[in-house]
Amino acid sequence: MRWVNRHPRQGNRILLGALPILLLLLLYLVLAAQRHAENPMDKILPLPGSMRDAMAALLFQADQLTGQFVFWADTVASLQRLGIGLGIATLTALVAGLVLGVLPPARATFGPLVTAIAVIPPIALLPILFIALGLGETAKVALIVIGIAPVMMRDIAAHVSDLPREQIVKAQTLGASSWQIMIRVALPQAMPRLLHAMRLALGPAWVFLISAEAIASDVGLGYRIFLVRRYLSMDVIIPYVAWIAILAILMDGALTLASRRAFPWAHGAGR
Amino acid sequence: MSALLSLRNIWVEYGDKIVLEKVDLDIEAGSFVSIIGPSGAGKSSLLRVVLGQEVPTRGTILLDGEPLTPECGPDRGVVFQRYSVFPHLSALRNTIFGLECAKAPLTARLFGGARRAAAAEAEEMLRAVGLGDALHLYPAQMSGGMQQRLAIAQALIKRPRILLLDEPFGALDPGIRADMHALITRLWRDYALTIIMVTHDIREAFTLGTRVLTLDKRRHDPHAPHRFGATAVYDLPLRRTEPAAGEDVADDASPQDDEEAIGNG
Repeated sequence: MRWVNRHPRQGNRILLGALPILLLLLLYLVLAAQRHAENPMDKILPLPGSMRDAMAALLFQADQLTGQFVFWADTVASLQRLGIGLGIATLTALVAGLVLGVLPPARATFGPLVTAIAVIPPIALLPILFIALGLGETAKVALIVIGIAPVMMRDIAAHVSDLPREQIVKAQTLGASSWQIMIRVALPQAMPRLLHAMRLALGPAWVFLISAEAIASDVGLGYRIFLVRRYLSMDVIIPYVAWIAILAILMDGALTLASRRAFPWAHGAGR
Repeated sequence: MSALLSLRNIWVEYGDKIVLEKVDLDIEAGSFVSIIGPSGAGKSSLLRVVLGQEVPTRGTILLDGEPLTPECGPDRGVVFQRYSVFPHLSALRNTIFGLECAKAPLTARLFGGARRAAAAEAEEMLRAVGLGDALHLYPAQMSGGMQQRLAIAQALIKRPRILLLDEPFGALDPGIRADMHALITRLWRDYALTIIMVTHDIREAFTLGTRVLTLDKRRHDPHAPHRFGATAVYDLPLRRTEPAAGEDVADDASPQDDEEAIGNG
């Protein structure tokens, strides 16, 4: 049988997917054990035990200065910035994408501007943001928004303007105005695409969040990672990175689920 | 003149390519006009001009003696070969959409009693096209024939003065196509419609139409084939009294219809 025709069954697929992850974990444990056999004080590849101890302090013991549980304070701060940034970017992308996609004059006027903004590397704008908006929360959220909104905007605009011409003409013969076409024809069909764009934007959004936190912050997952880097605290960095990965996977899964639930027609028509 | 729709000296040009030249037509209320012709003879261009999707380079179009605005409107309904239903709405909501647009300019949605009335009207229209059992299906869950039925219901609920069909049955199986012929004939009679249909199926054009127009180029320049446009070279009025009377009995998908369609498919 050709390999292109071998489709693993549901149970086997989970097993196959877990295999490389487990192998990597095993490889890490072997390497870490090896290093510790040579030097019991090794900090580069910490064993699970030392990670647990280091994290327990951050998870369950209040910080003496601030009285906060550091890990949870970092998580809340980062998720808040990410959520606000992603929310503003999504809303902007939806509104601008609809207007650009449906109305040719708007596309002609603002299309080149959006393209120009989209090609600027957002990190290059970070100093400008810090100078203009200060070192507070606003600059960090603004970096995320500027980083992901233009791409999402262009994606939604392209998707909307690619709607079959027949549909737009048909809507007009049913008496729909530009506004009605926008909210009843274009908007609902842009929504699944918007959730998809959000999923794709999550990766860059995390990049911009960690960058902003690394440079100027006093709380946050990215801040913590870059802070403890000075002490070679891999026993904190590795669990933090794993936690970020888990959060990202959960968000991705939630968006996929939301899209399937809310827009069954876009996923092969709901059963 | 008793003509519902009049085209006066219509020219359609794209750059220096002339697609339609000097088209003069009068279409009477209640007629079923089939337009045939070779590929690229401007059948669809003519339909788009009447629809208002395209502005003719020269000439005027009169609907009831009034010049048409160069924009699509609810006075002219349309069914395309594909993509003319909204994939994100169920059959019922696809049909209600036309009513909602007229009655709720801001939200394009109806609520309460107005919504129930609109839904009842839409349901009746869907029953008329044979989709009474598929009210809550999404287009992706329907066959091609059902989608075209839905597209027709969606257009008819606006009671358009003229219904334009752009190869509406071109993508359907022969058997289904025969069902659709019976359906469109019945609707044309029941709702006293005026229909203009573009098709590449000559047999379909003659079975359904009360008048068949053939578009083609009158003149041909071998060195610059694009410099002459097409116009109506044949204009054949047909009588369509017999099938109209006989089909009442064998309305929905008579086996006779099927055989004929397959034989000529």
